Order: sequence, then structure tokens, then C-alpha cells
Amino acid sequence: MIHKKVDNISVALQGVKDDMTMMLGGFGLCGIPENAIAELVKLGVKGLTCISNNAGVDDFGLGLLLQNHQIKKMVSSYVGENDEFERQMLSGELDVELIPQGTLAERCRAAQAGFPAVYTPAGYGTEVAEGKETRAFNGKMYVLEHAFKADFAFVKAWKGDAAGNLIFKGTSRNFNPNMCGAAKITVAEVEELVPVGTLDPDHIHIPGIFVQRIFQGETYEKRIEQRTVRSKS
Amino acid sequence: MLDKNGIAKRIAQEVQDGYYVNLGIGIPTLVANFVRADIDVEFQSENGVLGMGPFPFEGEEDADIINAGKQTITTLAGASFFDSALSFSMIRGQHVHLTILGAMEVSQDGDIANWKIPGKMVKGMGGAMDLVASAENIIVAMMHTNKKGDSKLLKNCSLPLTGVGCVKKVVTNLAVLEVASDGFKLLERAPGVSVEEIKNATAGNLIVDGDIPEMTL
Repeated sequence: MIHKKVDNISVALQGVKDDMTMMLGGFGLCGIPENAIAELVKLGVKGLTCISNNAGVDDFGLGLLLQNHQIKKMVSSYVGENDEFERQMLSGELDVELIPQGTLAERCRAAQAGFPAVYTPAGYGTEVAEGKETRAFNGKMYVLEHAFKADFAFVKAWKGDAAGNLIFKGTSRNFNPNMCGAAKITVAEVEELVPVGTLDPDHIHIPGIFVQRIFQGETYEKRIEQRTVRSKS
Repeated sequence: MLDKNGIAKRIAQEVQDGYYVNLGIGIPTLVANFVRADIDVEFQSENGVLGMGPFPFEGEEDADIINAGKQTITTLAGASFFDSALSFSMIRGQHVHLTILGAMEVSQDGDIANWKIPGKMVKGMGGAMDLVASAENIIVAMMHTNKKGDSKLLKNCSLPLTGVGCVKKVVTNLAVLEVASDGFKLLERAPGVSVEEIKNATAGNLIVDGDIPEMTL
């Protein structure tokens, strides 16, 4: 077995520098790498390009990095829940590239899987396709989208082991598995780091080969963005 | 004239046995409440769940189980979770049968705009561009006119497009319309709404062929 466990979060984020490109898992606030984000805030690294489906809310998730003006550019599909984000975008402080959600996922997966680019029908005929190569296959038009290049991928899983194997829970899975192995260094944080050998190999979602560093997160707030319930009556 | 629930109720009639369906945010979400109980349908949410159920009872919310609108949800027997790439494989690969989504504008050629108002609102397209570029069957659920009273069914969209030539059917508070080769073909009127009223609220070419029945709900 190859050991991926690191002793603490500062070791997990070793090598993080200004102006790097980071992938961060999560959909809204669901399945975000809370501990890595907190450490990035603490380190105060600036000029970051962040690839993440959303930009958090004003006071949580990537919103914390935005508040601190640590992000230079966001690559996302939907950014509607964050006033500070909107302010920085409209004032020109923040560069924003909005791309279709499936394209975001596939550009991660392409990087993970060794494809330089993929053709997708998403965005053809819209401003998303402007300046990009297009091509017809079987009479339908497609847009060429390139694999991402990132320095770090920060992902969050439910359970993991020191071999770097990961299991996700519910819809907190989202982009996390697609980002594993899609950057030079993948740092996985888990709610529970279990002894090696206790995870059933048949149940592992992401094999440890895609993960360079793993640690158990100290705490998880797991904030709910839209608590929606029905009454029992 | 229909309210939002009425629009959802009419669209629910389009959902057939054995369908996998993706529902967008807003009126489309309501469609799930009106699907016949005697057919088997599974709802997909692009953040990674198939077999979505109703909202949880109070105290049973799970932060790790949400829909694409970031609302807490439950799952039904037979449900599954998956990553975002696999989720969009279901969508682009045309395994999802029906997509129902909202729009700011629809053109008579089936173009749709629903993600950006330049200089005003820039929230992003989320999964909408993947959905409209791929789905075989796309139904738009929206009000016939905007808050200013301007028609949302146009000759050409004025806002940045989400997709080109993809919308097949539009259900509004006034009518059910099919996107035909030469315009919006009027199929049904909402209860109490005249063909004349629909004509006046439609800026794109409206095709009225014979008697137009009132919809049954």
C-alpha cells in the first residue's frame, strides 16, 4: 500500500502559492472542502484561479476567499447566491468565466482521463462557443472544449483510508470524483478516515491512485442553503 | 388563465410512463406534484440524483441530499447517486427523455434564452445549456409575458441564447404551443382565454389552424 495520509492540514496544503489554479469540489455548499478553504483563507494566498461549480455564499464556502480578495478568476456554471461575488464581477475586480455545468464536469474528467479536449453540443450557437473550434458529427454541431490544467484539486469525501481510497455520500459527491487526479496534486479531506482494509474494494468510488494527500477534516459545518421541508400533517 | 400550478398541472400530462425527467428550477419543479400516480416516472436532478422524492419532513433534512436548486430533498426506493460527469452523460447521451425548464424568451425557431440579462443579471447557465443542446424533448414552462407585459414568445430572442432550435413545446399561463417550421402553432387555450388574447400576447408568428380547444386539466 502507498501511504497518502498527511499529519495535518498545513502539510496537506504544502506548495500552495499565489497565482495558482485550484479545483474545488462541491455543488452550492454541498460537498465543499470546508477545511481546505479555511486553510487557504489562513494562508492568505492571492491571485487564485478557482474552478468550482459555484462561488459559495457571502460568508461561507468560496465566499470566504472572495471576501479576502484572494480570487483573481472564477470558472463556474452558476454564481447566483453571492452579493460580494456580483459586486467584484461588475466592478471588474474579478474575472469570471461562465461555462455549462456538464462542460465543467467533462473538462475536469478529461484532465483526469488524459484527453486534451472533448466535443460537446452544449453551448453551440451561443456566446459560450465564440472563438472556439466547432465541428459537425452526423449532422449535429459540437464545440471543442479543452481539458482543465490545475495545480491543486481540493475534494471532500465522506470516508477514506490512508491509501487515498474515497467513498462519497449522497449528492455531496457531485464534482468531487471528477476533480480527483485532474490536477497536479489532489488533496482529499474526509469526514472519517478509516483503517486501511475496512473499506470494501467493491464499494470504493475513487481509487487512491487519483489522490496524493488525504486527511480527516477537523469539523464540518455542512451548511444548508435552501432548507425545504414539508409538514407532517 | 392559469397560475403557476396550473401550468405545472398541464405539463404533467406530457409526462409518460417509463420517462426519466429533468425538472428545472421554478414552475418545472411543481410538475412533480401533478404527475399521475399510476405511471412510473423517475426525476433526475443534475447535481447527481435519480429517483428524487418529495421534500423531507422537518427534522429529517440531510445537508448531503439536495436537488439542483440546493433544496433539501428525499429519495424514493430505487434511487441512485452519481457524480456530475455521469449525470451529464445521462443528459448529453439522451438517456433522459424529457427536460422541462423555464425561460425568459423563446423564439419561433425554438431558440431559448434563460441565463443572462447583459448588464443586469449574470447568474450563469448552470446545466441549462447541456440540457437544451441534448434533450430530444424540451418543454418550456413560463408566463406568456414578462412583468412589463411584453411577450416572451418572439420572432428572435433579444437576450443571449442558451440553445438554438431546441424547444419543441411551450406551455404558458395562456396556451399550449408547438414550435413548428413557420412559427408557434397554437394547440390549446387556457380556460377562459380567447385566441385573440393569445394573439395579442404573442410577438412571434402565431399559427391558428381551425378551432382551438380549451385545455382540460
